[in-house]
Amino acid sequence: MIEVEDVYFTYPNGVEALRGVSLKIADGEFVAIMGQNGAGKTTLVKHFNGLLKPTKGRVLIDGVDTREVSVAKLSRKVGLVFQNPDHQLFSETVEEEISFALRNFGFNEKIIRERVNWALNLLDLVQYRRTSPFMLSGGERKRVALASVLAWDPKIIILDEPTIGQDSRQKERLRQFIIQMNQQGKTVIIVTHDIEFVVECEPRVILMANGKIIADGETREVLTDPDLVSRSSLILPEITQVFMNLNDLGFPREVIDVYEAKRLILERLNGGIKK
Amino acid sequence: MAIIEAKGLTYTYPFAEKPAFKNIDLKIEKGEFILLTGPSGCGKTTLCRCLNGLIPHFYGGKLEGELTVAGLKTTEHAIYEIARHVGLVFQNPENQLFALTVEKDVAFGLENLGVPRDEIRRRVDWALKITGIYELRDRAPFELSGGQQQRVAIASVLAMQPEIIVLDEPTSSLDPLSAKNILDVIHRLNKDLGITIILVEHRLDLASRYANRVIVMRDGQIVLDGEPRKVFLQRETKLIGVGIPKVVRLYLSLKENGVGLSKVPLSPEEASQLIAEALTFDRG
Repeated sequence: MIEVEDVYFTYPNGVEALRGVSLKIADGEFVAIMGQNGAGKTTLVKHFNGLLKPTKGRVLIDGVDTREVSVAKLSRKVGLVFQNPDHQLFSETVEEEISFALRNFGFNEKIIRERVNWALNLLDLVQYRRTSPFMLSGGERKRVALASVLAWDPKIIILDEPTIGQDSRQKERLRQFIIQMNQQGKTVIIVTHDIEFVVECEPRVILMANGKIIADGETREVLTDPDLVSRSSLILPEITQVFMNLNDLGFPREVIDVYEAKRLILERLNGGIKK
Repeated sequence: MAIIEAKGLTYTYPFAEKPAFKNIDLKIEKGEFILLTGPSGCGKTTLCRCLNGLIPHFYGGKLEGELTVAGLKTTEHAIYEIARHVGLVFQNPENQLFALTVEKDVAFGLENLGVPRDEIRRRVDWALKITGIYELRDRAPFELSGGQQQRVAIASVLAMQPEIIVLDEPTSSLDPLSAKNILDVIHRLNKDLGITIILVEHRLDLASRYANRVIVMRDGQIVLDGEPRKVFLQRETKLIGVGIPKVVRLYLSLKENGVGLSKVPLSPEEASQLIAEALTFDRG
């Protein structure tokens, strides 16, 4: 359980990144934090593993104040995958990169081997086992960074902009394993701009603007609200845009996915004016 | 004559075991807007690096075959010569900006070329206006938002008055509204100034309406090349892992159920029109 209680955070240069944020994320939830660049999203999630401590207010992880434990200890529970993989990668091979944290946490060699193989498989990286992370493409490096965090099996997983640079097939894989991890009881938090990805996952959506939370609710409810969406520099989902324009013909506006769109159009064509 | 022409182009990075791409034949005409896509690691970024001579002059490695860009054989001309014709914009604008003010950043390339002061002034103002950042000219680039920074990067390239601009995932780290605005800027450069655009993108929903041609690469090969509406309908497109816009998926899904829209939509506006049309036609 993550509890954020009226948190303010000001960077040393005076930038007020969080201005009174309160929220609760229960175990096993799947949450997307969205909003404009500079809205405070990354600053907020850096509070979850103790990388940043509140200037005012407090953050509790399973009831423990983040100011009272080390980042190393919190990390065992809360895995944060950075937006830019280059801030995270440093080893000579992909395999070493993934093993590094496992060694630090004191796992034995057999478990390390198993975990590394599992993570390489999961993220489609087996062929790069002995490759230097820096020889890989941006999208691939991103998957290495993700694999190295997943390998130590934290119960809360935070992914900062996981879909950047990923092609549609990798995104679909990412979606599937996020859902799978979530079903296995992990708390999954993604920070993202990728509206279409969020539409496909349908998590709880938290919208931020100017260091505050401006909306918190179901994907459909939050992302089809034109006012909220424009206040956070997002755009409406593609399918919602289509249906906004079809509103005159009596279609609902809150349509987000292709399947639903198709069903509504077919119903109309087949004569039944079903509302 | 084509503005870009590759014949049997094959490139292998230093120390790499196999080529990043091989035997590429490609012709791009002046004024085209090309959307270049394909799964990560397919060779599209590498191909872009060839277009302004970064390959082979900066990266080394082995380049075989022939590549002519704006009439210059890239192997025979230095990067600075090619750069007058081809501007390159990267994914992360921070990597490209360094000056203390936006204006200085945009002027930098021209100063290096020894362009006269008046001419620099004129071109910098022009580039700042077209990209919509004239009022930011005295600000420091690092204080700006990601979207604004990307406009500075585009303005810097534009000031050189290149015939070709290559953009490698220029919107991927921007919020959707900034991304949309950047694509509008790129669209204007193509439509109003006739600049040839090569845009590398994974996400095709915002860009495909502006492109006259989509090129799909996989494993170092060009596997599909044609008008967006045609390429999106190819079965392979989906299999390769190209992110087809949702409005195209809706079109396909309706078609499977016996409802044909009169053409493939490339934007939500177009999709709503086509759907409204189909509904009225059905009733009438």
